[in-house]
Amino acid sequence: MPGSIATRTLLRPSSIDEALTMLRDEGPLVPMAGCTDLYVALNFGTLADTRFLDLSRLDALAAIDVRGGALSIGALATHTDLIRSPLVRRRLPMLAAAAREIGGVQIQNRGTLGGNVANASPAGDTLPVLAAADATVVLRSAGATRRVPFNAFYTGYRQTVRRPDELIVSFEIAPIRGRQAFRKVGTRAAQAISKVVMAVVAGEAPRVAVGSVAPTVIRARRTEAALAAGASIADAQRVLLEEIAPIDDIRSTAEYRRRVAASLLAGLLSARRP
Amino acid sequence: MASRVRKAVGRNVLRKEGHDKVTGAARYIDDLTFPGLLHARTIRSTIPAGEIARVRFKGDRGGFTLVDHHDIPGRNIVALIDDDQPCLAERTIRHAAEPILLLVHDDREKLLAAEVQIDYRPSTPNYDPETSAVTFKTIAIDKGDLDAGFAAADVIVEGEYRTGHQEQLYIETNGVIAVPGDSVTGADRGITVYGSMQCPYYVHRALMILLGLPAEKVRVIQTETGGGFGGKEEYPSIIAGHAALAALKTGRPVKLVYDRVEDMLATTKRHPSIVRHRTGVTKDGRLTAVDIDAVFDGGAYATLSAVVLSRGMIHAAGPYRCDHIRIRGRATMTNTPPNGAFRGFGAPQTQFAAEVHMDRIAERLGLDPVRIREINALRPGDTTATGQRLGKDSSALQVLREAVKRTEFKKRRRALARANGPAEAGRHGAAKGIGLSLFFHGSGFTGAGEVKLAAKASLALTDRGARIHVASTEIGQGTRTMLAQIVADALGVKYDDVDVNAADTGEVPDSGPTVASRTCMIVGRILERCAEEMRARLGRLTPRQYLRTFGPLVITKQYERPAGMVWDDTLYRGDAYGSYGWGCDVVEVDVDRDTFEVRPTAFTSVHEIGKAIHPAFAVGQIEGGSAQGLGYALLEEVVMRDGRMANATLTNYIIPTSLDTPPMTIVLLENPYPHGPSGAKGVGEMPIDGPAPAVVNALRHAGFDLREIPATPERVMVASK
Amino acid sequence: MTSVPFVSFVLNGRRKKLAVHPMKRLLDVLREDCGLTGTKEGCGEGECGACTVLLDGTPVNSCLVPAAHADGARVTTIEGLGGRHRLQRAFVEHGGAQCGICTPGMILAAVALGPRPSLQTIKVGLAGNLCRCTGYSAIYRSIRNA
Repeated sequence: MPGSIATRTLLRPSSIDEALTMLRDEGPLVPMAGCTDLYVALNFGTLADTRFLDLSRLDALAAIDVRGGALSIGALATHTDLIRSPLVRRRLPMLAAAAREIGGVQIQNRGTLGGNVANASPAGDTLPVLAAADATVVLRSAGATRRVPFNAFYTGYRQTVRRPDELIVSFEIAPIRGRQAFRKVGTRAAQAISKVVMAVVAGEAPRVAVGSVAPTVIRARRTEAALAAGASIADAQRVLLEEIAPIDDIRSTAEYRRRVAASLLAGLLSARRP
Repeated sequence: MASRVRKAVGRNVLRKEGHDKVTGAARYIDDLTFPGLLHARTIRSTIPAGEIARVRFKGDRGGFTLVDHHDIPGRNIVALIDDDQPCLAERTIRHAAEPILLLVHDDREKLLAAEVQIDYRPSTPNYDPETSAVTFKTIAIDKGDLDAGFAAADVIVEGEYRTGHQEQLYIETNGVIAVPGDSVTGADRGITVYGSMQCPYYVHRALMILLGLPAEKVRVIQTETGGGFGGKEEYPSIIAGHAALAALKTGRPVKLVYDRVEDMLATTKRHPSIVRHRTGVTKDGRLTAVDIDAVFDGGAYATLSAVVLSRGMIHAAGPYRCDHIRIRGRATMTNTPPNGAFRGFGAPQTQFAAEVHMDRIAERLGLDPVRIREINALRPGDTTATGQRLGKDSSALQVLREAVKRTEFKKRRRALARANGPAEAGRHGAAKGIGLSLFFHGSGFTGAGEVKLAAKASLALTDRGARIHVASTEIGQGTRTMLAQIVADALGVKYDDVDVNAADTGEVPDSGPTVASRTCMIVGRILERCAEEMRARLGRLTPRQYLRTFGPLVITKQYERPAGMVWDDTLYRGDAYGSYGWGCDVVEVDVDRDTFEVRPTAFTSVHEIGKAIHPAFAVGQIEGGSAQGLGYALLEEVVMRDGRMANATLTNYIIPTSLDTPPMTIVLLENPYPHGPSGAKGVGEMPIDGPAPAVVNALRHAGFDLREIPATPERVMVASK
Repeated sequence: MTSVPFVSFVLNGRRKKLAVHPMKRLLDVLREDCGLTGTKEGCGEGECGACTVLLDGTPVNSCLVPAAHADGARVTTIEGLGGRHRLQRAFVEHGGAQCGICTPGMILAAVALGPRPSLQTIKVGLAGNLCRCTGYSAIYRSIRNA
């Protein structure tokens, strides 16, 4: 049964500037885009917020293009957009791979990259990709634009550095050298919450990012350093296990997550999977 | 009567209500509204055991009606078997989500925003069915001399097997609308309840007792129902009772529809089981002694535990012959929401154990899984655990051999074993396995159950053909279509000229519940007899001519037990069921060595069902039931925390999606049951008995020894050590 | 611009203008304000797909779409297929519908697959539509025979 809507307000700006002005002057406002997380909370009666800012008309925020050599993905790009974008498939294939694993087509058609990031779930499927990609989060407020490294974006469980008067407008990803790989282990073959989700860039400067094994997505820096220094896969796995802190929850166990995280590392680094 | 009409039985005629279902015209309970409709919400216990100390409605009461046990005019029970369950809790709480209070309001938002504070005096809950102090039912089945059987054994194999809860997960949740008075005739006393349900007369009886009303003042009308699988067999009596109390107190129609979370938290699930086997066998593979002990977790109230246990125990030895059998079963109480009916009804649990155990016996003896079953499978003339002598329509060997042939089982088994090779650390790629299960399933109510039910069916002559009046419900399995096919052929009219009345207690007799795989075999047969008599009465007249000459013609008949069926309810001996269906499943699995995820890659199921009245619908039951069985085997786990389901959302209770379901090869065999319509037996439940043991046997073949389902990756990982 | 008092969209080919709260779920707008009950609620969390409608031709879970997002869009529900769509016929002829509660959403998701989809395309395209009755096989058969 849906939660109450009578007491809620929706503001519908028709430009980014208007949206930012509203955020500054008429807050608090929760930005709303694809609604695939927000409306689940509404339906379950767990949504405490009452004032919302509808971003859905701000088409410019969905653009995917190359700017100054970097891949720029608008915050409102949907997962379907990511799957279909030739630019994403060429330059950031691990992101297209992650988008394909999110929900079913109905969710992919509506859910956005910005929403996945803003929702800040430790199990978010695109988060390890952006972490491994060393993406930059572009935030705008009425007065300014700032860029925050994705790997500094989360400060704790579901906590981000986004200020209440800011919008995530896009993500910028510099060209990546090395082979990209992604794997999500979920509760079933489709429409699954991840138990472990990992993105890897293999090569001279390896990068390893993992979700669902800590309160936020993490870059396994010590594992990367070990690999860069020539460590064996087995040694790298040992280091990885020291960097992650999975828990038992209703979906899985800490022991399973540890075992699988180690296996995924080996698998993704060796490009073994079909 | 024209006898050149094309036969309907055995053909894939169009589903009676198919057009409505594909156009959005079919009306399910939440699609209906009534003038002056109010909405209700159920306030439930948040503790698993204890007493209610105080109930307080907080805030503005304007527009609210509150309903509690004081408002019950009749008896505060959910009438079923033991009558131990209150409709609304008075003081004692026995499970989390136990209903205490109803709130009624015309504004759904205000309803949801209302707060009720309940103070409790908690007591210590028990979640362990084995140490429970309350036993709902025990069943003992004895055959032969168990000690002699063990004395004759060369080898004894023991095992303990566990199954968990399973949620029926019909895509349409439970819902009803209660309307004061007789909604159809306009009479202003009594109550009418519309709703999603399998058994209108169960609800009817429960409401009579709850509301203290005579039969003719209670009317129950089934609306188009979006799946049941047993989850809407007995549960609707509770939600109907709640809505009816609210409607009577307010004098207005009241709609009560659960959202998914409430439905999963509060309604019945499959009984978890612990089944222990101790089996004596000769070294050449013949069973000499079967000793089984089972504990079923009934949850907080008895509901149908006695009958679930009954069916479970009767099927516990599997489709095998043995002269010395002892089966002991008990259903006990725990402080969790009551468990109840779910397709299979005890047999999936016990046949899981029996079939996994059988493979372990084979392994111990160095026999292959097919050989051990060929040696021991029941044959016509053999007697079951209850001493029932099986007739010619017993097909264990046929289904086994067909499945083995179709899947090239023995060849595949050798090939996969070679492909897996010796276990090495660091091996990647999938471990592969193939497994099979042999199973059977009795159709109809156990023992003297059908005699006690005394099901009735009526057939009314219409201008072009006839209209069927039964309480059997369409819940997706094809009831309306299949019964119309049977009547059409027996009457000698076209399928399109037979219609089916709504399952409305004001207009149909009590045909018994739509459960136990009985709708075709039992109710269909009664209708067949009605149609045969109607045809005889018509003689050479067309229906229209008859009606013009003689006026209305309605033929009503009652269940007749086939001659020779004998059952002793005290000793639990005799003919447990009129007939059995027989099945054999073969599944191949890939196990990812990195993640321990199990993927069924091929699935074959051979079912012998007497006669396929509608072959495509029979295949539909097998495909659908098998998918539920695969979910039971691999994915579906109810996580209980403090006696409450912790994963009560579709995000976290995992049923198979399209990508989780393998391609299926279904084979129908027909070995007619003489007393079924056109020889038909039941098919609705049997398909869910087979997949779980076949999967676990495939996992064993792949190198993972599991004794418990669901075989989640976490459990497969533990088994890999 | 603040909250829109009206939501205007094209519903099954006809213009609709409704005074509804912009955050009301599209599912409820269709079922209550438009009187079209063919679109069903199965979970309220975007997992079952029974609420699937086409929004500008793409399948979405209407239980997760605010009315405001239908503003200016084309919405197609099961009622908009007219009753004689090849997929509707096929689902009846080939057993794609048993209890029928998932069927409207399933058919619309299938419409979005386009003509003659491969089995793999079907499986991926329907991964967001749960069916508990059929085990999916008859649904695939229906779509491939449409």
